[in-house]
Amino acid sequence: MKTNFKVIIDKPVIKPLAALLLMIGVMAVLSDNFATSDNFFNVLRQVSVNLCISVGMTMVILTGGIDLSVGSILALSGAVAAGLSKNGFCLPAADLYVGFTFWGSILAALLIGGLLGAFNGWMITRFKVPPFVATLAMLTIARGLTMLYTKGFPITGLNESFSFLGTGWFLGVPMPVWVALLIIVFFAFFMLKTRTGRYIYAIGGNKKASLLSGIKVNTIILWVYTIAGILSAVAGLMVTARLDSAQPNAGSGYELDSIAAVVIGGTSLSGGKGSIAGTVVGALIIGVLNNGLVLLNVSPFWQQVIKGFVILGAVILDKVNSGKSES
Amino acid sequence: MEKSDPEIVLEARHISKQFPGVLALDDVSLKVYAGKVNAIVGENGAGKSTLMNILSGVYPDYQGEVLLCGRPVRFSGTADAQRQGIAMIHQELNLIPYLDITQNIFLGREPLNNLGLIDHNKMKRETLDLLERLHFDESPESLINDLRPGQQQIVEIAKALSLNARVLIMDEPTSSLSEKEAGILFRLIRELLENKVGVVYITHKMDEITLLADYVTVLRDGCFIEACPLEQTSVDELVRKMVGRERKDFFTKKQRRPGKCMLEVRDLCLRDALHDGKYRLKDISFEVYSGEVLGIYGLMGAGRTDLMEALFGYYGRKLEGQVSIEGRQVQLNSTNTAVAEGLALIPEDRKSEGLILDMSIEQNTTLASLKDFLKYGLLSFKKERTKAEEMRSKLKVKSYSGQQLASQLSGGNQQKVVLSKWLLTNPKIILLDEPTRGIDIRSKNEIYELMDDLAGQGLAIVMVSSELPEILAVSDRIICLCEGRISGRFERDEFSGEALLKAALPDKA
Repeated sequence: MKTNFKVIIDKPVIKPLAALLLMIGVMAVLSDNFATSDNFFNVLRQVSVNLCISVGMTMVILTGGIDLSVGSILALSGAVAAGLSKNGFCLPAADLYVGFTFWGSILAALLIGGLLGAFNGWMITRFKVPPFVATLAMLTIARGLTMLYTKGFPITGLNESFSFLGTGWFLGVPMPVWVALLIIVFFAFFMLKTRTGRYIYAIGGNKKASLLSGIKVNTIILWVYTIAGILSAVAGLMVTARLDSAQPNAGSGYELDSIAAVVIGGTSLSGGKGSIAGTVVGALIIGVLNNGLVLLNVSPFWQQVIKGFVILGAVILDKVNSGKSES
Repeated sequence: MEKSDPEIVLEARHISKQFPGVLALDDVSLKVYAGKVNAIVGENGAGKSTLMNILSGVYPDYQGEVLLCGRPVRFSGTADAQRQGIAMIHQELNLIPYLDITQNIFLGREPLNNLGLIDHNKMKRETLDLLERLHFDESPESLINDLRPGQQQIVEIAKALSLNARVLIMDEPTSSLSEKEAGILFRLIRELLENKVGVVYITHKMDEITLLADYVTVLRDGCFIEACPLEQTSVDELVRKMVGRERKDFFTKKQRRPGKCMLEVRDLCLRDALHDGKYRLKDISFEVYSGEVLGIYGLMGAGRTDLMEALFGYYGRKLEGQVSIEGRQVQLNSTNTAVAEGLALIPEDRKSEGLILDMSIEQNTTLASLKDFLKYGLLSFKKERTKAEEMRSKLKVKSYSGQQLASQLSGGNQQKVVLSKWLLTNPKIILLDEPTRGIDIRSKNEIYELMDDLAGQGLAIVMVSSELPEILAVSDRIICLCEGRISGRFERDEFSGEALLKAALPDKA
């Protein structure tokens, strides 16, 4: 058990973790409103959306890929869940109407996310489209589909179960935080203790050697993008539930926050090295920073500048401490 | 050598180099004579490459003194060393895959025309000259990525030649060359000597030393052991000094009778995706029996690696023909099915194809057999560790812990990790593609003994090798490949180096 613990809290995570604690300390000193239990849960709830996406993003990046479509998939699946639970599925031409329960609409949203993710994976493995390009295309495609589905207007007036998912509390902790926690624990365990998890690292480390070790490289890559799509859909449900409405432009730019969290958490963009634990810390750093700067009344424009430098700082810190620089 | 010694062009005095945790060189001295081949021998890890990297400016940071033509120098980097006349042909290929041969040769020192733009004509002309000197039949516009390792090595040599250096350091230049290409290289070295170039030559091949060297320096475990003219020593003495113990005779093979047919290949064809109507492999048929080692010999580009990868399912459905394992016809549509059918492939380039360099020895060892390390469907680190440790000590992988990254191991030990990985899959048929390329003598012999041992357990072994002494010693039968076809079959009593080479050469009259 001791060794397992050591593996999870591996050295690379220590640095971002120290940075996070330092940041929390500084914010607590500078702002009276920061270190309160209300604000604590507030930060966690805000971060939980990014956490969900970033868990999938971590797996994608570990294979040596990237997923730019997470924000758009988030919007489409959120809209689908909202639309189906409110209006059901109508096809007037075929005189078809199917009503959806709350759970039915959630399942449909997850399915959509998974399908679009799988489509990404299919393009990448079957047609050798570079992941950057394949998911960039999906970013546009899914956003367009969202606009078509919503006709450009928010879908409001949702089922009460939705608002519980977004704003409810369970055992003193907000629901979205529970969901994110569940996902983190599950996938951290998955990456560490399953064959597929190990293969994901191997593929990112050396694709040809993985293939020549009998690993079904393409199947695994396909699954990784599918999972990333499903987790984006989960995030979409969270956002929709939180706002009690599905916004057609929800989630735009989220891919960047997510990539930032992964990178700050020490995962290598070339694949093979990194961890979900690191990404969690990375997402928390971004969340605390956003929250703290708002509390300190820093202008939103400066917030962005500061965030950029934090990303650079994190990566430089990582490079410096990992010993020899590759010249 | 009582008569006047030739001029010393480069000298290293009392060099020490410390890496984190290792003293790679400990007070080593070396003299490089102009117009002579100065061979450096030593096992892997003896410090040869480190010393060469210091002399060629890769490591500017060391203790001791380097003298160039009697004048103390300290190179700030490889470019500085090149300017002062020292060039190195690296063992690791340092070429840019998506630039062509010409661009690679002139990288960083492109000739300019009057307008200050790159003089492409001049570059191309000089490249053609160089390639011609090397008898290398490729267009200067071929991308490095499309070349096999052996061809890339030739480009690397051309690049070093183009520098017109006073000292040319060659780190195992023939490890991926065919005998013919090596012959061309040796002729070139003689030309260089006439021009008073000091050649520093690192090799594991003793026959090259006796053929080429004028002076020999022996290193062992980072220490200087001896330097003397070649005629004052012998191969046996050199090997004894390198190893630090008496050399056992070169590996001798146990004779045994082959058992049942393990692998049968019928009319295997692989089309060339780049050239319509051409084949990379054509009408390949052979059998391998239990308990035997089948050697596959051929020049670079003969299709040896294609054949190994094809048998391992790498080309999927593009492969035509029939393959049977233990009499049962199988469809090798993926590497995954190949593993499931009991095949194992030790690939030609262990770094880019055999290992996940950022993973530990342990994780690399278990990678192909992870399903055997599950407990309740989850990976059991304890099981993994136990098995990996067992393999690590069984194959004598020199390392301080199973947690050590594969990237930190020397070539011979990396190869042992690849072998460990495949032994854990309990294969029936092992395909080895140049298994001892760039590996020291001790590890080589350990690998031969392991192969013999496995054959003794009833496995079928297919080994590709471009080293004649090796393939002749290790194989029970040999197949020669030439331009994707089988051009000769030899039983053990018909083995001879000349016959093999003749069969491997294209365009025989």
